[in-house]
Amino acid sequence: MASLDDLKKRIASVKSTQKITKAMKMVAAAKLRKAQESAERGRPYSEKMNNVILNLSSGISDKENAPKLLSGTGNDKVHLCVVMTSDRGLCGGFNSNIIKKAKSYFSKILNEGKELKIITVGSKGNDQLKRMYGDKIIENISFKESKNANYFDADKVGKIVIDKFESSEFDICTIFYNQFKNVITQIPQAQQIIPLNSEDSEDNTSEESYEFEPDEDEILSNLLPKNISTQIFKAMLENSASEQGSRMSAMDNATRNAGEMVDKLTIQYNRSRQAAITKELIEIISGAESL
Amino acid sequence: MSEEFKIEIVNPEKSFLVKDDVFEVVVPAYEGEMGILKDHISIISFLKPGIIKILSKSGNESYYIEDGIVEFKNNNLSILTSSIFNIADMDKSKQQDLLKQAEEESGKEEISDQSRYLIDQKIEVLKTLN
Repeated sequence: MASLDDLKKRIASVKSTQKITKAMKMVAAAKLRKAQESAERGRPYSEKMNNVILNLSSGISDKENAPKLLSGTGNDKVHLCVVMTSDRGLCGGFNSNIIKKAKSYFSKILNEGKELKIITVGSKGNDQLKRMYGDKIIENISFKESKNANYFDADKVGKIVIDKFESSEFDICTIFYNQFKNVITQIPQAQQIIPLNSEDSEDNTSEESYEFEPDEDEILSNLLPKNISTQIFKAMLENSASEQGSRMSAMDNATRNAGEMVDKLTIQYNRSRQAAITKELIEIISGAESL
Repeated sequence: MSEEFKIEIVNPEKSFLVKDDVFEVVVPAYEGEMGILKDHISIISFLKPGIIKILSKSGNESYYIEDGIVEFKNNNLSILTSSIFNIADMDKSKQQDLLKQAEEESGKEEISDQSRYLIDQKIEVLKTLN
């Protein structure tokens, strides 16, 4: 049985941990609101972009000569996976969920005998993946210094991906991120961005014909690289909202657990104090009786 | 009916501007400036660096943009752009910064003809702003 002093120390330490988790929860809640707002504000852009591309690609008559970003290289030998995780820990299952999803996809690809290349965005993903897939990681990008997800960072990632595509380093590109549903639920997503998977979007494209200036092909070939950055940016926004949400609920749980622990320890402390007093009393009384 | 239509400018971070009392919008389309009035045919085009002029009931506005896509459908004009600045808010130093950046970029050798054209365009527009 731990001594009274030890118990006291443990209670104090659990309490200070609780203070930290509580503060982290508050910070995460404040950041979550911001991240959620920007995720919502970012939605019109990516939706509009998607619509325009859908309209365009349905208008393209010559599928053979369609831009490669849209139709693919015709092969599926080399897969590039962009795994987007956070730079900071203490956010519950946020990172592990993405990694788990990514790993199952990786093993599927490797089992099919295809080549795998990985780009990690965010240092936590890199830490977890480099143990098993260290030789497959070709690039690690981290935006530790930028506070919020911004478009320039996304554009940087997008440019890297497009450069690699143009130098034919891969055939299919998939991004992994957590989609924000609500504070408790984040869904790990695998989204194929190259070639563009038009079956994913069920939006009914309008039958209305557009006038194009210049022609469809040229617009498409300009638009598609932008769309890559936009999709990555969307993923980053969703990810940052998910990260904060996940951290908030993780810290909420931690705070609650710490509270329960303090209660339990306090009871134990009081009991052993009581026991010590009783013991002393018994000693005094039996001492007095023996006189 | 009035001769007004709706415009929406969005950038990746937010919905930048929404107006529904616009008479005319002039956009720097890739193949030349293009004025859009109500009941224009549905069109998709992309933009080169330049000035968007919006003439509306509640006043006229000008914006400097560096790229973008414009879509007009059912009297809804959507402009998607990743960099847009209100000219009224733009001061000399910002302008000079952008100009310097563009000039630096055009100094590079390995850029394609198309991007060189866009950069030259950008420099030209920025110079006229001064």
